[in-house]
Amino acid sequence: MANYQVNKTYQEINEKIKKGQAVVVTAEEIIDIVRRKGEAEATRTVDVVTTGTFSPMCSSGAIINFGHTRPPIKASRVWLNNVSAYAGLAAVDVYLGATEPAADDPLNKVYPGEFKYGGGHVIQDLVAGKTVHLLAEAYGTDCYPNKKVEKDLTLKQLPNAVLFNPRNCYQNYNCAVNLSNRTIYTYMGPLRPRAGNANFCTAGQLSPLFNDPYYRTIGIGTRIFLGGGAGYVCFPGTQHNPGKPRGDNGVPLGPAGTLMVMGDLKKMSPRYLVGVSLLGYGCSLAVGLGIPIPLLNEEIAHFCAVTDEELLAPIVDYGHDYPAATGRILGHVSYAQLKSGKMDLDGQMVPTVPLSSLVRAREVAQMLKEWIEKGQFLLGEPVELLPGSEEIHCVPTASRDS
Amino acid sequence: MHVEMLVLQFPREVVDQPIIYRLVKDFALEFNLLRAAINPRQEGLMVMELRGHPKDFRRGLKYLRQTGVKVRQVAREVRRNEERCYQCGTCTAVCPTGALYIERPGMAVAFDASKCSACEHCCPACPAQAMEVRLNRAAV
Repeated sequence: MANYQVNKTYQEINEKIKKGQAVVVTAEEIIDIVRRKGEAEATRTVDVVTTGTFSPMCSSGAIINFGHTRPPIKASRVWLNNVSAYAGLAAVDVYLGATEPAADDPLNKVYPGEFKYGGGHVIQDLVAGKTVHLLAEAYGTDCYPNKKVEKDLTLKQLPNAVLFNPRNCYQNYNCAVNLSNRTIYTYMGPLRPRAGNANFCTAGQLSPLFNDPYYRTIGIGTRIFLGGGAGYVCFPGTQHNPGKPRGDNGVPLGPAGTLMVMGDLKKMSPRYLVGVSLLGYGCSLAVGLGIPIPLLNEEIAHFCAVTDEELLAPIVDYGHDYPAATGRILGHVSYAQLKSGKMDLDGQMVPTVPLSSLVRAREVAQMLKEWIEKGQFLLGEPVELLPGSEEIHCVPTASRDS
Repeated sequence: MHVEMLVLQFPREVVDQPIIYRLVKDFALEFNLLRAAINPRQEGLMVMELRGHPKDFRRGLKYLRQTGVKVRQVAREVRRNEERCYQCGTCTAVCPTGALYIERPGMAVAFDASKCSACEHCCPACPAQAMEVRLNRAAV
């Protein structure tokens, strides 16, 4: 146990939040405070740092219970607005995945496909209060004789709807370029030939896991901002890989940690859960996610003060290396550079393009800050922290982090 | 200097003539081609930005019309649905005229409709489907 000058507990901070006395700043605001006051003094002054991100996060979806019918049905195939949901669960439970396209989508048959409507859009429609058409089919049993149900539903009428995202909130991500001779359409957006543009997808210094690189405060039970409501980190995300190489500041130099998160869909907002269509790639869901980081000691303040200049993204060629899974990295570029609008790639100036909305990420961090200041949102002390590199055995994913 | 974004419709009979060459050579007009679909013995279509001295510009347009090319100004056809746009910036990867750009350091995505050539590249590229094409009937 290290010796810190400042030691605070979750309980102490929560007491201050309840009294409306907690000092909360965003991960952008803390940078200057630490610079002016130093880490220890900043930790004494500030209780919580709020982070935020808003990006397409493909590994997202909703667990939906659509309610028993008369006669009852044990649904085996289910569609919501003609988007297939997985029904291999109990009678009227389904899982609707964000990337599932509508059943009649032409996909990439007319290349590049537009993927105008899919699971992510159904989730946004539900959250927006729109009516969604349900079709369920079953083979029929003695106890569940019904073989077909069709009805219109709204989120309010559903007995349960839970956003459950197996892999969100990547700690760092690739900067994508295309060194081939034709335009390609990827989950990192359209990439013009001969490195015509470089796309990146994190909020940089505002992004949650950049501010707590060793997961000192984030784990199972951490209460978070999720899709406009409150949610929880319920487990390490799939492909959580804390063992990725790190810079001197402890921050991974490529996609590393991930989070599995969940929350009550009924309390979320269509502003922070947006169905997206990625040209030539597929459907997805843009998720607004923010994590409050308690300044328990000055070391955490030190990590929260990280700036875009010190955060590096690996540059990956999606024209050849990514589809061939070579694992090759062309170099690293700082988020300060990426946000500036252009970067140097072997002497060529390449325009940089964000896929992640920094404007809305700031909104998330700001909203979370206000909730905590008003005493509406208490910190959840993790039952168990996310595994660090020493505790987890990771199956190497060879830079396939999509 | 006068600049306009134009849609040129070439009737079948003239697609084999070097019309754009004449625009450059005889009228000293500068062009920036944004879209072209010209096939032998079929009607052709071009979207271009045309730039030059106002007098040359007028004469050039007169010449075009005399050859049978239908000329119309691009109506402000592409609009942004501000409700849907979540300010990511993906569109800036494909916008050829800089009508869609990022305001730094705030990183908000701005849309300057006056620079838009209505090439529509942003429409399928926008993840939120916020870029909408609308026909401005008055200008057609």
